[in-house]
Amino acid sequence: MTSTIPKDSVGIVKPELIHFDEALTLRSGKVIESYDLMIECYGELNQDKSNAILICHALSGDHHAAGYHELEGKKDEKPGWWDTCIGPGKPFDSDIFFIVSLNNLGGCSGSTGPTTINPETGKAYGPDFPIITVRDWVNSQARLADHLEIDQWAAVIGGSLGGMQVLRWAISYPERIRHAIVIAAAPKLSAQNIAFNEVARQSITTDPDFHQGHYYEQGTYPKKGLTLARMIGHITYLSDSSMNEKFGKDSLTGGNFGRDLSTGKLNFGFDVDFQVESYLQYKGESFSSNFDANSYLLITKTLDYFDPAVDYEGDLSKAFLHGNCKFLVVSFSSDWRFPPERSRELVNTLLKAKRQVSYLEIESDGGHDAFLLPVPRYLEGLSSYLSVVANETFTNEKTSHAS
Amino acid sequence: MRADLSIIKDWIEPQSRVLDLGCGDGSFLALLKEEKQIFDCGLDLDAENINKCLLAGVNVIEQDLDKGLANFSDNSFDSVLLTQTLQAVQKPDVLVDEMLRIGEKCIIIFPNFAYWRYRLYLVSKGRMPVSKSIPFEWYDTPNIHFCTIKDFDFLCSTKNIKVLNRTVVDDKHQNSSLMNIYPNLFGINAIYHISR
Repeated sequence: MTSTIPKDSVGIVKPELIHFDEALTLRSGKVIESYDLMIECYGELNQDKSNAILICHALSGDHHAAGYHELEGKKDEKPGWWDTCIGPGKPFDSDIFFIVSLNNLGGCSGSTGPTTINPETGKAYGPDFPIITVRDWVNSQARLADHLEIDQWAAVIGGSLGGMQVLRWAISYPERIRHAIVIAAAPKLSAQNIAFNEVARQSITTDPDFHQGHYYEQGTYPKKGLTLARMIGHITYLSDSSMNEKFGKDSLTGGNFGRDLSTGKLNFGFDVDFQVESYLQYKGESFSSNFDANSYLLITKTLDYFDPAVDYEGDLSKAFLHGNCKFLVVSFSSDWRFPPERSRELVNTLLKAKRQVSYLEIESDGGHDAFLLPVPRYLEGLSSYLSVVANETFTNEKTSHAS
Repeated sequence: MRADLSIIKDWIEPQSRVLDLGCGDGSFLALLKEEKQIFDCGLDLDAENINKCLLAGVNVIEQDLDKGLANFSDNSFDSVLLTQTLQAVQKPDVLVDEMLRIGEKCIIIFPNFAYWRYRLYLVSKGRMPVSKSIPFEWYDTPNIHFCTIKDFDFLCSTKNIKVLNRTVVDDKHQNSSLMNIYPNLFGINAIYHISR
């Protein structure tokens, strides 16, 4: 080990690939005959299997939510994407809960997706991989719960697109979930959200290296397009104030047009002048080398298609008329991708459906990405809420052992 | 438990739906859940209070009463509570209307500004009363709409609001015969149970 593992980390973790042979019929009508899901688990499942938590990831997330992977005998530098929340003593406490995280279908981190070989053709699915909806994901997650012999999750938790999966769980499997924690999400995308996704898709599909999605066979990938798509996305995950905080510190000196310069002077050309430009390019490029463009296209469509109200004459509250799970909804003040109004819309829908709901509106400059950041009031709120979930779990366990 | 809360507890039906506006740390809702198995919903704005509600397993929504209650449907609760908050909101009359739209019955507790000590304080000192129950200076008080029992009775009669029950208590939340005869003079806190 090059560096020590923090005490509040779940430590070194190993993903596990689970194969499913039962065909999955998708919302589109298409069928996936068999598939694999890559998962990671933290903590121990208790005897009556009442302490399980499912973590649902957002656009670019995967199964690696916490702890460290081992790379060539060494601990990886970066922990999982939600390590701020998952671990011993953290809000999703791995000493108390059995936490399951997966890479969703259509992803590119080991689960069946566009990069998987299509058994019918012997080639990667590529652009022919069927469009997957949030409902399809949740159906596959329910199969995963069956596989793990978990009848009911103590809680299903997710931020952003992850929060949409939580909502779908509460609608499709109301009896299989006790608590739904929906963070920085929305009941459906706004026209502006879809517009940003479309720009991202256009930048990928117009890249000459895209080859209509068959770039694997060409030994290339649409690096420029995917970089650009991620740069656009990244801007929407941050806030104006957090970008100023990061890139406008030298503004007080007055000589830098209010923003930090990359090389200390203006170039009077079209190359990078400001740090924010090089930062975005770096972020975009490193993303493009780790993520599959077809998966990115697919998952932006998954986002666009999410609208559970369509099955209920446009009245989402009708979707929540059944079930007893409790809801915790959390939003962040500077999130302009899914701003607090969208979360309040959700809360009001749940109130209309006479459901039990708590709502936190967290003051933060972190933008949409605040849900991944260690914002003290946010973590405290999650811990408080989960402490009650934990108590119920133990009470259940005691009762069931006594009986 | 505070005597005023023990009085209003008896007005809450078991298994009913209770909305508590300005629910504080949620302890009253937690008690009602425990003893009467109510469906609880609290509203508050204070981060510390909200966290205490979450710890107590009480449903709490971070919401500003001054921004209205339009998100709550008509007749969606059996009881709507407002304890020691009426005097701190921007439009108390609108809030009372809204409470009666949302709840079948409403319970309101507010400080009676016509209590004889406050009257004496103002007359003798010529300054805004500061007391144990209202410990604020005029400039830093959250209380912006003081009223008296007579004022509230007048509001109820102009709005055709039924007063199902009215009790007055002192700052120890005790009731006395003097208070019952002259509530507006001897009552420190007024407790109203109202409906349409």
